[in-house]
Amino acid sequence: SPCQNEEKRNLSLGGHVGFDSLPDQLVSKSVTQGFSFNILCVGETGIGKSTLMNTLFNTTFETEEASHYESAVRLRPRTYDLQESNVHLKLTIVDAVGFGDQINKDERQVSPIVEYIDTQFENYLQEELKIRRSLFNYHDTRIHVCLYFITPTGHSLKSLDLVTMKKLDSKVNIIPIIAKADTISKSELHKFKIKIMSELVSNGVQIYQFPTDDEAVAEINSVMNAHLPFAVVGSTEEVKVGNKLVRARQYPWGVVQVENESHCDFVKLREMLIRVNMEDLREQTHTRHYELYRRCKLEEMGFKDTDPDSQPFSLQETYETKRKEFLGELQKKEEEMRQMFVNKVKETEAELKEKERELHEKFEHLKRIHQEEKRKVEEKRRELEDEMNAFNRRKVAVETLQSQSLQATSQQPLKKDKDKKNRSAIAGNQSGVSLSSSKVMITKANVEPLNCTSWWHAIQCCSCLVKSATWREGFI
Amino acid sequence: CQLFGYVGIEAVLDQMKIKTMKTGFEFNIMVVGQSGLGKSTMVNTLFKSKVSRKASQPGQEERIPKTVQLQSVTHVIEEKGVKMKLTVTDTPGFGDQINNENCWDPIIKYINEQYERYLREEIVITRKRKIPDTRVHGCVYFVPPTGHWLRPLDLEFMRRLSRIVNVVPVIAKADTLTLEERAEFKQRIQEDLKTHAISVYPQEDFDQDLDDRALNDRIREKIPFAVVGADQEHQVN
Repeated sequence: SPCQNEEKRNLSLGGHVGFDSLPDQLVSKSVTQGFSFNILCVGETGIGKSTLMNTLFNTTFETEEASHYESAVRLRPRTYDLQESNVHLKLTIVDAVGFGDQINKDERQVSPIVEYIDTQFENYLQEELKIRRSLFNYHDTRIHVCLYFITPTGHSLKSLDLVTMKKLDSKVNIIPIIAKADTISKSELHKFKIKIMSELVSNGVQIYQFPTDDEAVAEINSVMNAHLPFAVVGSTEEVKVGNKLVRARQYPWGVVQVENESHCDFVKLREMLIRVNMEDLREQTHTRHYELYRRCKLEEMGFKDTDPDSQPFSLQETYETKRKEFLGELQKKEEEMRQMFVNKVKETEAELKEKERELHEKFEHLKRIHQEEKRKVEEKRRELEDEMNAFNRRKVAVETLQSQSLQATSQQPLKKDKDKKNRSAIAGNQSGVSLSSSKVMITKANVEPLNCTSWWHAIQCCSCLVKSATWREGFI
Repeated sequence: CQLFGYVGIEAVLDQMKIKTMKTGFEFNIMVVGQSGLGKSTMVNTLFKSKVSRKASQPGQEERIPKTVQLQSVTHVIEEKGVKMKLTVTDTPGFGDQINNENCWDPIIKYINEQYERYLREEIVITRKRKIPDTRVHGCVYFVPPTGHWLRPLDLEFMRRLSRIVNVVPVIAKADTLTLEERAEFKQRIQEDLKTHAISVYPQEDFDQDLDDRALNDRIREKIPFAVVGADQEHQVN
């Protein structure tokens, strides 16, 4: 069984061994791998963010002027590959486009920014938690520093500034800077800086402090800390001052030189941001802000380091319990859905059955009505036929009478007698028709012409006449 | 993007250097080989100090342990401002028994334990700022200078361990071989390693780019290093 002797002793070396090259080895590894630095610029549109970036890095990052009419705050990251001597830098500049432009400067101004920062942390965390991971060539997109551009009003911070910085100070290193500092006079600037710092302190905003624990940089850093927030001026144009071409802004009343420390704090910003503390910014982001995010996220997901009995939890156990929980929930949900489905099917089935029954009833009902109607119509038809027959007989009888009356006035051949006999035989069943009544009928027919448009109509009128009692009397 | 003037990005290298020097380094090596091959002497020679206590001291009983044991000794050494916490793990009893079957098991277990310890620290919710690194960074394997071939024990051990740790094979007490014998021995060992697909440090898979590969190829030509250790000083010229 392994036995470990953990005494740590200081040992003096008898000669040069050579491991003093270790830092160089480490550094050269970073150099060949390249490393990334990510800056987030937050400030109103037109305050000079892009110009400042161009001035800081002595180059022209291709950006078009941002519009003032953005509907919401959105973050625009852009990555550039810079190289200086043998150092490769992957620089990402993230712009908060539309910040401070909305009419309603509420929560929605800040939350896209917070979301973006969190997303970068999340991506790193995901990579770190992977089983097969490759962290050494992972492109780190976590924001290492946030440059907050303060509008040079000369009075104090805006409430939007305070709210934003308060929300961001636990997630990212904030360096506040006063933009377009050439619009403030020296005395105003001094008061402005004091006001800003006191407001930040009284609101509990934790901005980035340049580290003072390392003797090499402690002095310069503590001096710089006292100059915060840096009042900067950016310019990519060059103006001839004396016999040199310097970057400056030319006004009718004079020239503001960017790299002149008595004109503005640009040089200080460059020193602090790039030449002295770039690595510290990266380290702080990783060891402080990222760890905080990671801890909160994992706790949120339900992982703990110790269980209620203060026994250390093995991550494997936690994973397994979580997995069981999850699977259990999944099963439950499946069951629920299946139940719901079955119920719905039953319901629909019942409904359909009900409807079917109703339809069937209706159908039966209609059938009965139809049969009823049919019967009635049949009856009516028979009646009508009877009446038609009756009418025909009457007609025949009337014609017989007519011919009889004509015969009475003139001698007729025997043939007609036969006809008469036939007709009278036909009309025998009916009531006899007297001469006088036939006259009445003819007269009536002449006096009351039938206004009938059709035969059917005519028959009906005749049937009415036949039914009319007074008319009938004439027959009897 | 083209930079039109000096920005000062390269200053970050110095920043990094200062930071690493402040935090210091940790280096853990393991020496494996039969007793009497000069392991402790070698380590002492490497670090120019009495890192390991030699097993054969006058007045001490020499005992071969019945099973492979692992003993770690930690020292803090400093050179030109660079602090290093050096841990040397010795494996007395390795290859010394009559039956050496599975003598590599305790070693493999130890290495994996260190990995496990590190992993545990890494997945804790509230992580330490600097996770103590006890993982074995390199394993120096001492091959006895027979001049013939790698023994089955050597092959087995290197095969298993090259999968989980950086193995640096060395020919111990190389002053017992003539130059020709040495060259032949190295050649045969290289062939053996290739035949058995044992990838020792520096592994070809991890060559980062062409320059790296060129440099490593030159090193690979010379593997295994034939070394001699001495901790006593003598006047030369």
